[in-house]
Amino acid sequence: MTNSPYFPVLVLLAAGVGFAIAPLALAWIWAWKFSPRKPGPSKNAIYECGLESAGDAWIQFHPGYYLYAIIFLVFDIEAVFLLPFAVAFAGLTFAAGMAMLVFLLLLVEGLVWAYQKQVLVWS
Amino acid sequence: MDEHLKTELRKQGIVATTLQELYNWGRKNSLWPLNFGLACCAIEMIAASMARYDMARFGAEVFRPSPRQADLMIVAGTVTKKMAPQVVRLYNQMAEPKYVISMGACAISGGPFKQGYNVLKGIDRYIPVDVYIPGCPPRPEALIDALMTLQKLIDKQSLTGADRPRHLQAEAPSEFIVPRFGAHDLEPPQNPEVWDAPLVNISLAGTDDAGKH
Repeated sequence: MTNSPYFPVLVLLAAGVGFAIAPLALAWIWAWKFSPRKPGPSKNAIYECGLESAGDAWIQFHPGYYLYAIIFLVFDIEAVFLLPFAVAFAGLTFAAGMAMLVFLLLLVEGLVWAYQKQVLVWS
Repeated sequence: MDEHLKTELRKQGIVATTLQELYNWGRKNSLWPLNFGLACCAIEMIAASMARYDMARFGAEVFRPSPRQADLMIVAGTVTKKMAPQVVRLYNQMAEPKYVISMGACAISGGPFKQGYNVLKGIDRYIPVDVYIPGCPPRPEALIDALMTLQKLIDKQSLTGADRPRHLQAEAPSEFIVPRFGAHDLEPPQNPEVWDAPLVNISLAGTDDAGKH
């Protein structure tokens, strides 16, 4: 067995596992011998910011965020793509121009939809 | 073990120690404070942890943002009655062994705001304090002095026996009453298990010269 080329790997593996387990085992033995466990309601609480947690974590979030996501795509991402498109416009092929047009139309569709939803109304 | 024999061995390059000394040596040199400041004393605490005063020299630079990983609570600043329940709950959530340094006049007694309706008159009303640092605010050197005092305290703690510290006694509490922010005051106004009200008898009879001038 010691002649096997994998023997050093086995030794390293054992040493690695021992290196990980030994401190944990030592801490466990120490706690069992000297230091008693003292759980309590505050100590076992989930949150650790000093405040008591209020309510349930399983709540529904209002899905209004998708409006912001659409508007962000229309105004921000579009600008990011439009600038290189405008710079490289003269050298583009017809197919590339069409692809960009489709992309723009999709985003404009989002803008029209947002307009119809009256998201853009400032009140 | 005989101290004299130990120093003799030390001269020969042999270090003799006990489990208790090793344990205390490890604990006192890795006091991780809770990342937690309440008022202006916290600025001095931050200064103490920075390069100029360098609390890292005492192994206490790792300010933990979670009470689960902290050993030391430095109550740095004015504890308002609104904040006191949170302070006590954070202390309860710290794992044993845990220590408290009451930093500054406010944390000790309410300080200049003692007469205020909204200020707790000393955090030692709710949690056991190990070291008090007077000052308004105490300088970083004072905090380092308090840390060294705490290190000396930890060094003296015994691992077994009747006088062993609280965290080694199974029946001693690890959590203390979290006060409730009531309509008029905190409820209860103090924890009698922790706080011994000092018996002060102030008599002004005969020595009161108010109104004579």
